[in-house]
This record gives sequence, structure tokens and C-alpha cells, in this order.
Amino acid sequence: MIRGDNDPVLKNQDEFIATTAAEKTGKGYSNIKFLIAGIIFGIVLTKAQVISWFRIQEMFRFQSFHMYGVIGSAVGVGMLSVFLIKKFNIKTISGEKIEIPSKKFNKGQIFGGLIFGAGWALTGACPGPLYAQIGTGATVVIITLLSAIAGTWVYGRISQKLPH
Amino acid sequence: MSAFITQPWPWYIAGPLIGLMVPALLLLGNKSLGISSSLRHICAACFPSKIPFFRYNWRKEVWNLFFVLGILTGGAIAALFLTGSEPVQVAPALVADLAKYGIHDYSNLVPLDIINWHALFTIRGFLLMVAGGFLVGFGTRYAGGCTSGHAIMGLSNLQWPSLVATICFMTGGFVVANLILPWVLSL
Repeated sequence: MIRGDNDPVLKNQDEFIATTAAEKTGKGYSNIKFLIAGIIFGIVLTKAQVISWFRIQEMFRFQSFHMYGVIGSAVGVGMLSVFLIKKFNIKTISGEKIEIPSKKFNKGQIFGGLIFGAGWALTGACPGPLYAQIGTGATVVIITLLSAIAGTWVYGRISQKLPH
Repeated sequence: MSAFITQPWPWYIAGPLIGLMVPALLLLGNKSLGISSSLRHICAACFPSKIPFFRYNWRKEVWNLFFVLGILTGGAIAALFLTGSEPVQVAPALVADLAKYGIHDYSNLVPLDIINWHALFTIRGFLLMVAGGFLVGFGTRYAGGCTSGHAIMGLSNLQWPSLVATICFMTGGFVVANLILPWVLSL
């Protein structure tokens, strides 16, 4: 049985799949632009040292401003960008209206958030940095990534039994 | 200029560049920044196991897998061509704290003393890498996003559930880093 729109678990997933015109046409080589965007993002994450286990520990121990500065200024620039896109009704490069899905509150953001925070402090990495760390040559992080995939799978397996 | 490239970038350069990923992905193809979804797409593509949560058309989300492959490549480019040989600079207080647990190697962004293939087969390494990774995957999916999806994209779009999630990320991290990690490191 495939769960539909009435399912609270699927409905509340921020990335619940919506079919847009762009996705129907977004085939093949057009994904190269996302590969390039990812390369730039990976370089910035690495040069900012936000993929550093040490930097994450500094943040959680309030020993350095670095991570707070990075996240805070990233959010500031992101917020201003989204505001400008909405205010001037800016379109995508293919002329499509930009749509940002809203997030619905559920208890998963509390329980899941606390669990992820715990994992972030242990591994010193959130999902993006895991990929970047592997790229920098820390090959053992492949195991951490596989374990994160396993964690995602187990969540999917038991999600209906968890409070949301 | 080349000296600037090989130095670690300060927060006021790196943070705004990370923030610009939000409009970049929206303009390139109406995509919301988010990385933990890639873990779900990998599950859906490789091990769906008839689980409803993984029964969707992941091929429509394949851009996300290209994006994370790019992040991995970007990490390699930065490490190979854009990094000097100086050790990672961190707060002296942290150096003093970590020295108690035998962590002295600052040659890599990842602490090679405790995160390496050999350490994987110790209790400490297992907890740091395998258990920690599991919590990252389980927690991000349960929360519906990670630092990129909630803390950057969600907050940029003024989503209050993302603020709740971000506060919980920080709370969980704060508790574990200060109360649990010292015990794990001493194992």
C-alpha cells in the first residue's frame, strides 16, 4: 500500500515529492548544474572548516564564535535572498515561478532534532560535511555515511510507530 | 590572493557564500537547499524493501544526488589544491581539553587520532563513527531536515518549525558534547 496525502508522516516531510514542470523536464545533462553547485558548496564548506570535528566541538563548548558566525551570516544572506525573490517575484533561469514548500510542525522536529544534535556532536559532521569529509580523504567517514543511510532506513521502517 | 585561498576562510566570507546557495538553487531549478534528503533517496533507490516511506519516484529527485556528489568532489578539490600545510587552528581551551584524551593531531579537519580505520574497531571509534552516523541519519529524517534544510533554508524562509528543529539540534549537540562526549573519549 502506498500512503497518500492523508498520511501524517509523509505529509510532514519537507521534501515530500511534488511534481512540478521543472522536475518533469529536469532530465539528464541539466543535472550537471547541480553537480557544479555542489562542487562550489563543498569547497566553501571545506574552506570554512565547518566540516571540521574540532570546529563543531568548539561551537558546542562555546569556545569560538566561528560556527555561529558562519551559520548566522548564512541565514542572514539566505533570508535576504528569499525576501528579494518573493518581493520582486524573481523567476528561475527557465522562467518558472519560484516555489518554496512550507514546513509543517510535528513533534519529529523536537525528537528528531535532539537525536540529530547528539549525532552531530559525536561525528562532528552533519550530512553535507560527511560527503565533503570523504572528499578530503578521510575515507573512514564512508562508514559514518553508510551508518547514516542505515539510520534513515530504520526511521523509514518504524516511522509510523513514532510520535509525530 | 593565493595566500587567501589556502588559508581557512573567515566566517564573514564563508557564511555569506553558504547563504548564497539558497538563491542559487532556487534560481537554477526551483530547488530548496537540503542535504539529508539524499540519504532517503539512496534508501529509496537501493533498499526500498516495500517500505511506504521509500516508495516514491526518487528519480525525480536525482538532482539532490548530483548535488551531494558535487560536495564530495568539492571537498577533494579544496583538500588537494586549496589548502596549505598548517595545522587546523582551534581555541586553546579545546586543545587543552582534547589533550586529556590523547588527541594531539591537528593536521586534518578530522581528528586522525580518534577517527581512522583502526579506531573503527574500538568501542570509542564505534560510538563516534557508527553510532554517531546512525543518529545523524535517523535524527535528520525524523526531524525532516538537517542544518542545511532547516537551519539555513527553513530559517531563510521564516518557517517556525525549522526554528524549533534548529533549537533542538543545538540542544542535543550541547548536551552530548559536554556531558556524553567526555565519557566516550575516555573509553
